[in-house]
Amino acid sequence: MRTAEAFRMALEALRVNRLRSALTMLGVIIGVSAVVILVAIGTGAKDAIEDEISGLGSNIILVVPGQLNFQAAPTQSRLDLGDVNYVRRVVGDPSRVTVSVQSGENIRVGRNEAFVTVVGTDENIRNVFERPLKRGRYLTETDIDTRRRVAVLGSEVSEQLFGDLDPVGRQAMIAGVRFRVVGVYEKVGATFGVARDRETHIPVTTAQRLLGVERVNGIAIGASGPDVIDSLGQRVVDALTARYPDEKFSAVTQTQLLGTIGTVLGMLTGVLAAIAGISLLVGGVGVSNIMLVSVRERTKEIGLRKALGARQRDVLGQFLIEAVLLTTIGGTIGIALGVGGSLLIETLSPVPASITLWSILLAFGVSAVVGVFFGVAPARRAGRLDPVVALRAE
Amino acid sequence: MTAFEAAGLTRSYQLEGVTVDALRGVDLTIGDGEFAAILGPSGSGKSTLMHLLGCLDRPTSGVLKVGGVDVSTLDDTRLAELRNQMIGFVFQSFHLLARTSALDNVALPLVYRGVAKTERRARARRALEAVGLAHRLDHRPSQMSGGEQQRVAIARALVGDPQVVLADEPTGNLDTRNGEEVMGLLERLNTDQGVAIVLVTHEPEVANRARRQIHVRDGLIERDVA
Ligand SMILES: Nc1ncnc2c1ncn2[C@@H]1O[C@H](COP(=O)(O)OP(=O)(O)O)[C@@H](O)[C@H]1O
Ligand SMILES: [Mg+2]
Repeated sequence: MRTAEAFRMALEALRVNRLRSALTMLGVIIGVSAVVILVAIGTGAKDAIEDEISGLGSNIILVVPGQLNFQAAPTQSRLDLGDVNYVRRVVGDPSRVTVSVQSGENIRVGRNEAFVTVVGTDENIRNVFERPLKRGRYLTETDIDTRRRVAVLGSEVSEQLFGDLDPVGRQAMIAGVRFRVVGVYEKVGATFGVARDRETHIPVTTAQRLLGVERVNGIAIGASGPDVIDSLGQRVVDALTARYPDEKFSAVTQTQLLGTIGTVLGMLTGVLAAIAGISLLVGGVGVSNIMLVSVRERTKEIGLRKALGARQRDVLGQFLIEAVLLTTIGGTIGIALGVGGSLLIETLSPVPASITLWSILLAFGVSAVVGVFFGVAPARRAGRLDPVVALRAE
Repeated sequence: MTAFEAAGLTRSYQLEGVTVDALRGVDLTIGDGEFAAILGPSGSGKSTLMHLLGCLDRPTSGVLKVGGVDVSTLDDTRLAELRNQMIGFVFQSFHLLARTSALDNVALPLVYRGVAKTERRARARRALEAVGLAHRLDHRPSQMSGGEQQRVAIARALVGDPQVVLADEPTGNLDTRNGEEVMGLLERLNTDQGVAIVLVTHEPEVANRARRQIHVRDGLIERDVA
């Protein structure tokens, strides 16, 4: 018997038992669509977070006091502006180093009031972080040197205080002190829960006086390329440790973050896919079950086919192809539903979903393998049926 | 040439520890183009003998040659091929595929012979015309009378140009008129095409239309009248 003929025969058998075929496929359909959707969500989440991290800027190194430990509270900073200048000399290119002093403060314009993160920083922030300007200008070296009371607003702050008005040139009271708005940032969104559009940037010198501190919270460096990030971070940490032998300093790089988060989310996606894979396996058991019932039910048919000259392998092939068709058709429907479901989730909810070719190919391949694996036992039983016994069965 | 040559053929079944001897030593020769009837009471071993002759089953002991070939030398695959090439079956309960058209039912033996679809259908159509069912090609078994279904089964038996047609009580489920028609077809097959017919029946009127009557009782040939 030709293979094409066997396929035609198997399709015919599935068509004849439409409802049963559909119900048998259901397990596979659910399993496969679950695999596709869960992998899409896992991959989507990974992509989104990686986008967020890369959106900060490129090749960023954050230098913070203390040992980096996610469980412990951050250590008190002992870095000051002198140390920032020291780091600038270590790095070599002063424009690649910026600084931050942070505090939550009230900001008021007429009747409008907002609680924002005031960040004291300098003119180099634009060289390190991705922070495009919408209106006005950035902070300048003169602003820092002369401790000007000027501010650049995050997009949300600007909206909340000034509405549709152009804030550039207008006044705002920060912690009771009068500031002049010189610029507004473009909307950039949140990173790791840090609402960057709710920040207000003022000169670091002004901020230290306003807050009554000498310290800075951290230093950020923009490395010239991805390949020097690690060595540069280490060089800065070593230089600071040399200056303060009793203190510890840490450098956090973007690559480290990306690597850690990528690994964690990759594992998560794998676990989700494995769980979905189990339901696919259960679907396979269902196929096996129904195929056994089908073989029993079609005993007479099998006996007749054998009487007419079907060899053991013809009957085995027919039932095996039936099982594989059940799972691959189910798999294809499952993939379609999975892709559709992922797109739906993406549009209707904030959960990002990203469909990957490998998950689709894998789901299809696994359905075919499940069909062969769970179809073999019933198909062999059919192939070995004794034609006389089968024909006498009434 | 002889279609069948059996010597000392036995067949016993094990049934819950009890041995049932369905055939107890049958010697039988059926020549090419013969028309023989196997008669006997129910349970005498007629169907068992027919299954052995049709290579659906293997004897417990004894020698059986089909078309000169000792079947004990053939494996299951070769046996299936032998059935496909040499033997056509007609059963009491027709045994047609329920949801399949008459044409495709008749073409089924050719599927296992690897005949291409168009040729298969052409030959199936000719076979159905030969049994007077040219107008029923696309009908399913459920849309046909018992007599028509048995004629489809006969068309299926002859589509592969067999040397022998084995018919187990082919008129058993039919009324007299339809039974008559089926017998007429088998007779024509025998006289016009020289196909050997072995017919199992317990009805003397049916048996008498054969040129030879083989009486079976308790698993043995009791009488063989030509
Ligand atoms: N598969 C089987 N297992 C056990 N006994 C069987 C089997 N097939 C047939 N027999 C027994 O063999 C004997 C002959 O049966 P069968 O050839 O069908 O008779 P007939 O066709 O003449 O009515 C009967 O006693 C029957 O019960
Ligand atoms: Mg019988």
